[in-house]
Amino acid sequence: MPNKQETTIDKTNASSNPFKNSRVSILNKIMPILLFLCAIVSVFTTIGIVITLLSETVNFFREIPIFDFLFGTKWSALIEPKQFGILPLLAGTLMITSIAIIVALPIGLASAIYLSEYAPDKVRRIVKPILEVLAGVPTIVYGYFAISIITPIIQFIFPSAGVYNALSAGIAVGIMIIPMICSLSEDAMSAVPRSLRDGAYALGATRFEVALKIVVPAAFSGIVSSAVLAFSRALGETMIVSLAAGSTPTLTFNPLDSIQTMTAYIVQVSLGDIAHGSIEYGSIFAVGMTLFVFTFLLNILAQYISRRFREEY
Amino acid sequence: MNIFHDANRKQIANRRVKDKSLHMIFLLATSVGIIALTVLLVDIIIDGWSNLSPDLFTNFPSRKAEDAGMKSGLVGSMYIMLILVPLSFILGVGAAIYLEEYAPKNKLTRLIQLNISTLAGVPSIVYGILGLALFVRMLSLQKSLISGALTMTLLVLPIIIVAAQEAIRAVPRSRRDASFALGATKWQTVSRSVLPSSLPGILTGVILAASRAIGETAPLIIVGASTYVAFLPKSLTDAFTAMPIQIYNWISRPQVAFKDLGASAIIILLAILILLNITAVIIRNKYQKNI
Repeated sequence: MPNKQETTIDKTNASSNPFKNSRVSILNKIMPILLFLCAIVSVFTTIGIVITLLSETVNFFREIPIFDFLFGTKWSALIEPKQFGILPLLAGTLMITSIAIIVALPIGLASAIYLSEYAPDKVRRIVKPILEVLAGVPTIVYGYFAISIITPIIQFIFPSAGVYNALSAGIAVGIMIIPMICSLSEDAMSAVPRSLRDGAYALGATRFEVALKIVVPAAFSGIVSSAVLAFSRALGETMIVSLAAGSTPTLTFNPLDSIQTMTAYIVQVSLGDIAHGSIEYGSIFAVGMTLFVFTFLLNILAQYISRRFREEY
Repeated sequence: MNIFHDANRKQIANRRVKDKSLHMIFLLATSVGIIALTVLLVDIIIDGWSNLSPDLFTNFPSRKAEDAGMKSGLVGSMYIMLILVPLSFILGVGAAIYLEEYAPKNKLTRLIQLNISTLAGVPSIVYGILGLALFVRMLSLQKSLISGALTMTLLVLPIIIVAAQEAIRAVPRSRRDASFALGATKWQTVSRSVLPSSLPGILTGVILAASRAIGETAPLIIVGASTYVAFLPKSLTDAFTAMPIQIYNWISRPQVAFKDLGASAIIILLAILILLNITAVIIRNKYQKNI
């Protein structure tokens, strides 16, 4: 009784499909699976990143004790005697990131306040695309900017500064992340409802008072999370620092010194010819893991801040 | 009474002055970004304009700055794009369609979505490390064109997925309903109604992702793009270089002649990026008119 069976199936499908088993019907069944496979690629990318970083890092720690790696104050991976203490690289990275934030946070925030509270529509329509262009400039171009403009200026002001110094790279990274802080903070400020501003204006507040005492507090979670995201972006920045900050891993607090960041170390090793399985090869992964953990935690933190502390209106 | 009145007036005047001066400060801060962009462009044009010549396109890199060109870099970047654009389009749009049209609201879907936004925040150099371990070593594709292209594809995938999701979400519910009402199946609706109307938005995203990939340097260095390639890659597994790698090589040299050559190469790179972005804007504007 094949016919009867078929009608019962049709009933459960709630419609009788004249194209049953035709190309249409097969496509209809196969496509969701293929599309799911596309979507799952991103999950496998993450798993791939974690597994490759972890496995090579574990291998690395078989030869270099993890304690020496985390708390060693000397990094000399390419010159004998080899030492793998990450603190100098970490200090270099944090110095670049701090300089970048010191440059970018006030400028980015002030631009965001200007664009969302002061600027006439016409100005905003011109300035926002310019900032978008600034965000789209490849980092290698910022690197060129750092060595050909910023470094000579710094050397002119501070004759003791080296050809490669942390300050120059830090400022260039700062300029790079200004658009990010500005546009994310501006989004948060624009989301503050008009009525809050109107209320303050009605009480006689000036524009500045409205911006600082109404809009900024209301958009605070968005502003903080934009700063955290920018911090994480600066942490992973590679080309500017490997061009302008030098390649001498030193534990210093002088921004005029040549330093090395985690990212610049990875580039330096990759440019040379390293044997697979060598200790230098492993060190790329250990440093990469450290970088990944830092940026991952910062990104989670940014998401948490913008969700947890969001003011709902 | 009068004293209070005066004090009040003074206070108001002070607040006005404060408002005006901070207005100026905010305006100044905004102009910093614009000034930086101007200085950057002017500097690059001054350094690089005089070196711009057809040689830059037709010559291979050389030890002598006056003979050096970036033919291999240009072609390398072009080949990477030829692999990256179709591959990331299929994977990215596929993922976006799944998430927007098919995905059930469950934990797995939320995980995929969260994962995509996390991936967008991973530093590009980490993708390079993944490419080194996965493509160069594990799949033993060596330091080749295909390793570089696949690594870059993974890097831009989150950008395309997010852009495509937004474009698909913007298609009004009524279009889908109309298609279903005519008896179309789910896939017919998606492929013939939803996709065509979201295509301009998707294309804009793909172009922006491509322009991100063209300027990206660090991951390619990690997967082993060579800095000195005096031939064109003939197969997918040949050694390769790309425009930003060539630029990095030139501007990291101490000689001024090579630095200027790097500036010329940057002009070409920026020109390509501007062309791509103008295309994206044109597509976006045309699309906005249609809806």
